[in-house]
Amino acid sequence: MKYQSQKVAAYYFYCAMALFAAQVTFGLVLGYIYVAPNFLSELLPFNIARMIHTNALIVWLLLGFFGAAYYLIPEEAETELHSPKLAILQLVLLMVGASGAVVGYLFRVHEGREFLEQPLWVKLGIVVAALIFLYNITLTVLKGRKTAITNVLLLGLWGIALFFLFALYNPSNLTLDKMYWWYVVHIWVEGVWELVMAAILAFMMLKLTGVDREVVDKWLYSIVALALFTGLLGTGHHYYWIGTPGYWQWIGSIFSALEVAPFFAMVVFTFVMVWKGRREHPNKAALLWSLGCSTLAFFGAGVWGFMHTLAPINYYTHGTQVTAAHGHLAFYGAYVCLNLAIITYAMPHLKNRTPYNQVLNMAAFWLMSGGMAFMTFTLTFAGVVQTHLQRVNGEYFMDVQDQLALFFWMRFGSGVAVVLGVLIFLYAVLVPRKEVVTPGMKTETVPAE
Amino acid sequence: MGDGEGACNEAAEISSGWGPLSALPGDAMMWILIISELAVFGAALAGYAVARALDPGLFSASQAHLDPFSGALNTAILLTSGVFAAGAVRQARAGVIRATRRLIGIAFLFGLAFLAVKVGEYAGHLADGYGLETNTFFTLYYLVTGFHAAHVVFGLMILALVAVFASEENVTTGCAFWHMVDLIWVLVFAVFYLS
Repeated sequence: MKYQSQKVAAYYFYCAMALFAAQVTFGLVLGYIYVAPNFLSELLPFNIARMIHTNALIVWLLLGFFGAAYYLIPEEAETELHSPKLAILQLVLLMVGASGAVVGYLFRVHEGREFLEQPLWVKLGIVVAALIFLYNITLTVLKGRKTAITNVLLLGLWGIALFFLFALYNPSNLTLDKMYWWYVVHIWVEGVWELVMAAILAFMMLKLTGVDREVVDKWLYSIVALALFTGLLGTGHHYYWIGTPGYWQWIGSIFSALEVAPFFAMVVFTFVMVWKGRREHPNKAALLWSLGCSTLAFFGAGVWGFMHTLAPINYYTHGTQVTAAHGHLAFYGAYVCLNLAIITYAMPHLKNRTPYNQVLNMAAFWLMSGGMAFMTFTLTFAGVVQTHLQRVNGEYFMDVQDQLALFFWMRFGSGVAVVLGVLIFLYAVLVPRKEVVTPGMKTETVPAE
Repeated sequence: MGDGEGACNEAAEISSGWGPLSALPGDAMMWILIISELAVFGAALAGYAVARALDPGLFSASQAHLDPFSGALNTAILLTSGVFAAGAVRQARAGVIRATRRLIGIAFLFGLAFLAVKVGEYAGHLADGYGLETNTFFTLYYLVTGFHAAHVVFGLMILALVAVFASEENVTTGCAFWHMVDLIWVLVFAVFYLS
């Protein structure tokens, strides 16, 4: 840790990890409800548990991004953070909002717009927190060194805040409602979040492989160009069946089919950097998470997304378990792995010591990723069977669900593996061994600028 | 970097940074855009081929409403524009700014002529009652030619920009985009008007 104010990142990471634990716990409950539908049906209905599962995911990923920004921006800009106090205030606001929303959900207080169920006061709180955040990091960057990484990261984070504003606009026309809803949901995960992802991965590659900044920058700009070029009009792949004109089927199919390109570029980027890199960084676990991030994002977002993005295919698969398979691996690969990578990288620095519990951390990677891959396969098979029985043969939804029971049991099993992986990860990151002093290992590898 | 002699070539390749794109004229980011554009139009034309194979009758009946003469005229206009753009690059390399700007100006005027013809065509189709949602052929026709026309507009803005900031690098980069706009039109013309 080169700058004292980077310390605030640790608080963000702790809160992120707490919500991560909550998210997967509720995920496990949901997986069990799939096989035992009356489980907790009075106390915690499926829709409420699902809200908490998805909202907690999004909030902890955002907390991770904020933490990552607070960690890497001082280092990139070569200056202390504008105001660590504001950063703490922002975190308090977000945590009050998040816990308020969860408690509200448990008492059935919500606005019922999928993923944006937060009551208005929470949404406004999020906006205020976002403004504080943007003010804080933008001033930090402005007074320090500007790099491609800070530029792209700022663009992505500003984009996150701007597009969230559409959450406040809810027209009564259902088609328009859905159109703007996707401005938040799609343009976040397939647009501006990708910029954040590329920037953080670029930072990790710079630090872990020692490749020249000049090379990393070129990759970063290329990836960002591809992400925006394909992702923005790619929004059209959500406009097939919501009441928008038919030409969206062509726009959506063509552009979203190419959304695989930036994810593929990120795989090539990370692997080429590691191959060409001439430096051995001691934090092997962070490298594993980084490579896992680009690879699993390519499969989850890229390949599994392409699988059902063309309109004639989506006509049959829309809203089946194929979507669930894609959603799980895409979020896990692109954004969960990304956050766990930066947490794994940053925590030893924040604790001012050499990387620790690496083997355990890497075991957590394989268990979590293996579980998530297995979950993706079972849900994909379930989705294909469901598509055939329900959409081709025309059987009833619930009759089909019964016939998918075997897949749902296997999904529950893979969920258990993921939760175990999460617990091991949390232990590995939060409970460091007693320091083993190895001479010469303490100094951070300095990237060749 | 580049201290090891054995890895010297490789190191040189890394430090230039753009890998295979380094050898191309102009800014490498432009080539990433050009490749992306070719992929998008390629995907659209492939989609057209599939849709046409599924309903050949509808496609040939609809295609009969297009005027191949206007299409051919626009092809000639855009290719002529491209010749002047290529001339501008040559002058920029020779360092003759005035001639560079004059040639870009002529290329620009041909670009405007292309848009005029295209707008005339659209007005005719709309007057005859063929709109964006008439059928699959017209949906694709409007989307692909409209998206192309948007690139002509964007290309004209780039030409204007590189005429003002007329360094060799800028002119080469801007004209590379302009040539891509020609290239795509030739394909679009052949697929929509002729086949």
